[in-house]
Amino acid sequence: MRPLKFALAFCVVLAVAAGILAIIIARWPAIAPIAPPAANSFDPASVKRGAALVAIGNCDVCHTAPGGRAFAGGRAVPTPFGSIYSTNITPDPETGIGRWSKAAFQRAMRFGVRRDGAYLYPAFPYDHFTLVSDDDDNALYAYLMTRTPVRAPPVPDRLPFPLNIRLVMSGWNLLFLHPGPYRADAAHDAAWNRGVYLVDGLGHCGACHTPRNLLGAERTDLKFSGGEVEGWTAYALNELSPAPVPWNAAALRHYLRYGWEDSHGVARGPMAEVAGDLHLIPADDMRAIAMYVAEQMNHAAPERDVVVQGVERQHQRGQSGAAASGDGQANALRATDTKNDEGAVTYAGACAGCHEGPRALPDGGIDLMLTSAIGGPSANNLVNIVLYGLPATEAARAPIMPGFAGAMNDAQVAALVRYLRARFSDKGPWTDIAKSVHDARSRARFPAASPASVVEPTPSGTAQQASQ
Amino acid sequence: MKLNVNGNQHDVDVDPRTPLLYVLRGDLKLIAAKFGCGLGQCGACTVLVDGEPVFSCITPIALLADKQITTLEGLGTPERPAPIQRAFIEAQAAQCGYCIPGIMMRAHALLQKNPRASEADIRAFLEPHLCRCGTHMRILRAIHRAQAEMTPANAGGSG
Repeated sequence: MRPLKFALAFCVVLAVAAGILAIIIARWPAIAPIAPPAANSFDPASVKRGAALVAIGNCDVCHTAPGGRAFAGGRAVPTPFGSIYSTNITPDPETGIGRWSKAAFQRAMRFGVRRDGAYLYPAFPYDHFTLVSDDDDNALYAYLMTRTPVRAPPVPDRLPFPLNIRLVMSGWNLLFLHPGPYRADAAHDAAWNRGVYLVDGLGHCGACHTPRNLLGAERTDLKFSGGEVEGWTAYALNELSPAPVPWNAAALRHYLRYGWEDSHGVARGPMAEVAGDLHLIPADDMRAIAMYVAEQMNHAAPERDVVVQGVERQHQRGQSGAAASGDGQANALRATDTKNDEGAVTYAGACAGCHEGPRALPDGGIDLMLTSAIGGPSANNLVNIVLYGLPATEAARAPIMPGFAGAMNDAQVAALVRYLRARFSDKGPWTDIAKSVHDARSRARFPAASPASVVEPTPSGTAQQASQ
Repeated sequence: MKLNVNGNQHDVDVDPRTPLLYVLRGDLKLIAAKFGCGLGQCGACTVLVDGEPVFSCITPIALLADKQITTLEGLGTPERPAPIQRAFIEAQAAQCGYCIPGIMMRAHALLQKNPRASEADIRAFLEPHLCRCGTHMRILRAIHRAQAEMTPANAGGSG
């Protein structure tokens, strides 16, 4: 009978699958727990190096819940499959990694496996961290194991069956994990190799900036072509970069260090948190990262150079600022030609005061012809920023912007966004504006407008030189 | 265009790009909302639009057709102050007082929506406001006082 045959075949398939799985499981035994090592058993130089590496890896960003203790975990990482909660990586023996040996830590970084042998989910980007050298893993371990232990039990993940069975990650790893530390490319110099090592490894830039396939793995064929994360667009970091003014290494260094750059704009959403960490890293590492990323974007279309004029205008505005306090209103009148357009009226009344005012970034708004948000692939970032603004950064001179969620209804936001796209970019109209506004308003896509809480205060007077 | 302020319809003849604050103070002579920074960064101009606190200095009136605008004058009068106003007077929360109308409006909006707002909720919600006199602690006390008055069921437990 056919059903019987089917059942038999099914059993065979199951048995084979179980056999394969058993082989895979056998690879990852538990690593024996250790007595938590004393903080003074670590070399201080290693701890210090680990601090800079943790900043490059942004470990604190995911492993700290909003308002929670650093590295104690519990932050929800939204994925298309469900929410995964970050774990406690303080050296607490019961709820953290206090009983993890160096070998267990290194195995987690290289193979995505817990001390007890269970699989981790790639929300922890071990597909990147696998590239990290043994030496750097040891420094990371030294830093984390010398933090204050925090008792914080793990929060259960919210994943549907069968993803809630960690074993399924063994298959994912077979397909998408290429384990092993970075091997230098002899055709390039040490700085270039350092850049690749940090960007593709610990920095895990591609985790957001590379699109993912249906199984949640990065499309290596589309490396750095841009992605969507936590309700924000992570812009392309290759030749598809939508930045009106092409990036260069100097501009990237300023942006990554201070969280803004005067011809490109302000890091916001998850990127604000990334920039919030990066001022802690050694200057040479920052140089290497910026150089490599700039190289990826180097093939910018020549017609984009035209927009560089916009930068010059921005600079002029900044320099003549003090004397020209009335400029804001005079400039706002630029919008009079489209007086009957609802979006144009909103722009003139609500936006132009800062964005065409006498002050340049970080005290005034960026000239909107310079921002990637308006020329980008989706309306999400622009909508997020119009609704929720840029929250103030504690104790730092960083750009802020009020949100307009209370003042504008959905149709008014949509009209403004439509107008900005038409006026400040050469791209065709977005088709998904209404849905984008609705999703952001209903928090369907979690547009957390996180401030960069520990971003380095911008020193006065460096804004202009840094990007030149 | 027509503006609904504190329950009254007003016909104003101004450019639709004009900030609400200018219309309130200049045309309607409602001067509780203050001009502070003019950039939506200090909170002194805060009023309510459909119950949501907004910075009136950067809100063009074009956005406000068919919406209900509430200013401090709309909450109560010197003779009959609203709970939030009475609480601020009783707690002597004003020093120079310039920031206070805006803060009262945002605090009022919060208590309307969430009468049981915690200390942390209140602090987070009032983050957009600056007070240079440094009366923050008295402001917080005043809001707690208003909270107790607006939710009598809560008053006993929160002493």
